[in-house]
Amino acid sequence: MLSPEALRRIDTEIAKYPADQKQSAVMAALAIAQQEKGWLAEDTMAFVADYLGMPQVAVLEVATFYNMYDLSPVGKSKLTICTGLPCALSGADEAADHLREKLGVGFSEVTADGSFMLKEGECMGACGDAPVLLVNNRRMCVRMNKERIDALLDELNS
Amino acid sequence: MVEVEIDGKKVEVAEGSTVLKAAQELGIFVPHFCYHKKLSIAANCRMCLVQVEKAPKPAPACATPVAPGMKVWTHSEQAVRAQKGVMEFLLINHPLDCPICDQGGECQLQDLAVGYGNSASRYQEEKRVVLNKNLGPLISTDMTRCIHCTRCVRFGQEIAGIMELGVAGRGEHSEILTFMGRAVSSELSGNVIDLCPVGALTSKPFRFAARTWELARRRTVSPHDSLGATLIAQVKGDEVVRVLPLENEEVNECWIADRDRFSYEALRQPHRLNAPMLKQNGAWTEVDWQTALEYVAHAFRDIAAEHGKDALGFVASPHSTLEELYLMQRLARGLGSENIDFRLRQSDFSLDGVRSGVPWLGMNIAEISRLDGALVIGSFLRKDHPLLCQRLRQIAKRGARITAVHAAQDDWLLPVETFMKVAPSAFPVALLEILKAVCSTTGASPDTQFAAYLESLPVSDEARRIAESLCSARNGALLLGNFAQHHPDAGLLHSLALEIARCAGQLRVGILGEAANSVGGYVAGACPSPGSGGRNARMLWEDPCRAYLLLNAEPRFDCADPAQALSALSNAEHVVVLTPFVGEHGDYADCLLPIAPFTETSGSFVNTEGRVQSFRPVAQALAQSRPGWKVLRVLGNLLSLPEFEFESSEQIRDSLVAGRDVTAQLSNDMGRVDWTMPSAPPGLERVSDIPIYRTDAVVRRASALQACRDGTDPVLRIHPATASEVGLSNKGRARVKQGGAATELSVQLDEGVARGCVRIAAACEASSSLGPMFGPVTVEAC
Ligand code: SF4
Ligand code: FES
Ligand code: FES
Repeated sequence: MLSPEALRRIDTEIAKYPADQKQSAVMAALAIAQQEKGWLAEDTMAFVADYLGMPQVAVLEVATFYNMYDLSPVGKSKLTICTGLPCALSGADEAADHLREKLGVGFSEVTADGSFMLKEGECMGACGDAPVLLVNNRRMCVRMNKERIDALLDELNS
Repeated sequence: MVEVEIDGKKVEVAEGSTVLKAAQELGIFVPHFCYHKKLSIAANCRMCLVQVEKAPKPAPACATPVAPGMKVWTHSEQAVRAQKGVMEFLLINHPLDCPICDQGGECQLQDLAVGYGNSASRYQEEKRVVLNKNLGPLISTDMTRCIHCTRCVRFGQEIAGIMELGVAGRGEHSEILTFMGRAVSSELSGNVIDLCPVGALTSKPFRFAARTWELARRRTVSPHDSLGATLIAQVKGDEVVRVLPLENEEVNECWIADRDRFSYEALRQPHRLNAPMLKQNGAWTEVDWQTALEYVAHAFRDIAAEHGKDALGFVASPHSTLEELYLMQRLARGLGSENIDFRLRQSDFSLDGVRSGVPWLGMNIAEISRLDGALVIGSFLRKDHPLLCQRLRQIAKRGARITAVHAAQDDWLLPVETFMKVAPSAFPVALLEILKAVCSTTGASPDTQFAAYLESLPVSDEARRIAESLCSARNGALLLGNFAQHHPDAGLLHSLALEIARCAGQLRVGILGEAANSVGGYVAGACPSPGSGGRNARMLWEDPCRAYLLLNAEPRFDCADPAQALSALSNAEHVVVLTPFVGEHGDYADCLLPIAPFTETSGSFVNTEGRVQSFRPVAQALAQSRPGWKVLRVLGNLLSLPEFEFESSEQIRDSLVAGRDVTAQLSNDMGRVDWTMPSAPPGLERVSDIPIYRTDAVVRRASALQACRDGTDPVLRIHPATASEVGLSNKGRARVKQGGAATELSVQLDEGVARGCVRIAAACEASSSLGPMFGPVTVEAC
């Protein structure tokens, strides 16, 4: 289900907790699984549950609680734009409109060719560089005006 | 102890206790939803907010520990304002659909809303809607009504031992669901219906059948396993429409198994036998009671006159009432026959005449919860004894060490420290190994009869570990399960268990009774008197009788060797059946007498701890059914048997147990027997479980239970290694042969089955044409 590399990383996480508390590693394990698979299918969650020896529905509870876990396909690049107050005051709404227009999708939708998903996010703790946008949960892009958005899309498209 | 003051009243409670419990001590009601005395504290509904002196804001009573001198007000202005606020929030998204809700009239939300809610809602916006879930044939959902108290989730985690329900999402988007929309499979699942404080989880079979205020509530006792769970049967007109637990801390606590809760569906049409029936010239005709009973009396008298009294056989299901069992044996003995038995699935009767008393649990049920170690021998524990297993689950959580010896390892949903998996024929050896390891730990010397076998016996690691855990227990027990009692060497296993207990130092030995009256059958004397030469449940079929009387028994499913039982029955001249049900005895019987099931008769069950529990009928007898004890009494009168003048079932019971303490008759000890060790049969051995919804005639007809996963047809289960030796593959078909009997089954590989064994459930349609539950069996792919 997961690559040996992913399993090795999960094992490293498990090792941080007492042997009978493997389930403490569930958030990390889900993040690793998602990074590899792009999103968390039910099979993937079931695998993580069995790997950590915890009930499958308990993994689902965690996966559905946090926004950063994606429970449906996200396309190649998931763009999460922060619409928190500081970002909104600095032009996040315009940036979001621009993205919607360029990509032709609304929030939580995937483009027809499967390359982009647009998501609405909460404060990412980078208000100083508002408006901010996160690519695939890991790459932070700051001061996202129209030009910088176009450049980013070009880069991701190439 | 800590002294606190609640609403101006002082009370002393244990340290660490909560404000809510302290209030309950005082008889003060604090409104609550998520709190439940048997579940962990979640404190998520906030209904129990109370005012605490010096606290800046209201505190949840269920989660606030008491402190010395604490002053609490549960109904002060601040408290009530907080409680009303919570209620308003709870009702914001609630559909307020009480008129079409099955919980109406017995809903905690509805009740509390009367006291704490407003008559109109200030909330004008759109309400949220949650899609319903399909949780299987037993539980119906209306998820928009859920208030997210998580009682149902905690029940799964903490009591049932399997977390099937969970809370997905967060905040407003929270919802209760199962992973991948699966049906729940726990054998205790129905309890979430009682736990759910609103109408989100309700009973599917009961759905829209009645309003709670239309129902009469009557106390009764579960006729299934030997726990004797106390029940409330709810009756509309003359039909039981719902069954709920009657709280009884010492027996079933506040739980019942799904089998106890949903089996009532079998008590209706089309399952019931309406009138006495006689087979005349091969055709069944309805007759009146008088005709039928005279027919039976003549038949028995004729057979006895012609072929001797020994030609009569009496076979009762251990799910019959004490009174029925007693009158049946009185009838048998009155006619001069000692061929009587109720232990239908047993095959070894070597302890008859040797045991010192009635085999029983060896302790009170509540004492199970105080054990710190238990070795379970030969038991499909979780499915055979759902609530005893639940008690073991709780003690395991507190650190009790549970070990097991069995031929098939199923998940009991509790930590089993060591599971010694051996073929049935190797059970005695496994126990000898444990005995040897125990003796070498404690220095005890084993009884001479076993010592000879121990000398050169190699001891496995597992046996050593089990011995170590037994010796370390200060309050431990060995529990012999149904399988150990059905085992062809049951007597030897019993005596080995006693010997291990003795050598390990005062462990207790308990017999997990199989059926509602497994103890009661002995108390009623429904088996051959020692030395009388009467035929026991095995001999009754091995050495066939000319005429049989069957009481609630369905030999095709209830006997150790159905093939042999059926052949004996079909060769008999007369087979008279006392049963509430149609559909089973047509081929061999010549007289069917409709008797009342447990809900329509008075009677008693003696549970596995020796508790005599009597019950009254909860509904009128259906059609021409009559209580079994009355039918037997009239038969006794027609046959002019002496002392058969019973006016009531209480009179029968009192003549049997009143003034005589049943507990004084209970004992698992035995006199001395000299055993020879059995040898393993060549080839494969059969391992038989009785699936949870196949145990008795009632549950086998309960349609919702049969639709559950536990009700599906059995497969042949075999260890992968053994399967490849005999050429079977997963999902393939196999032809199974036992002596002359044969059938075909599909194959499922299962590492839980001991090597060299095939597991084929007994008491099922698919396997009912096979032979004994134990012993050699041949399989081949087909
Ligand atoms: S379904 Fe019932 S028991 Fe479960 S969380 Fe909702 S209200 Fe509570
Ligand atoms: S509000 Fe957008 S990063 Fe803080
Ligand atoms: S009962 Fe106390 S918070 Fe729910």
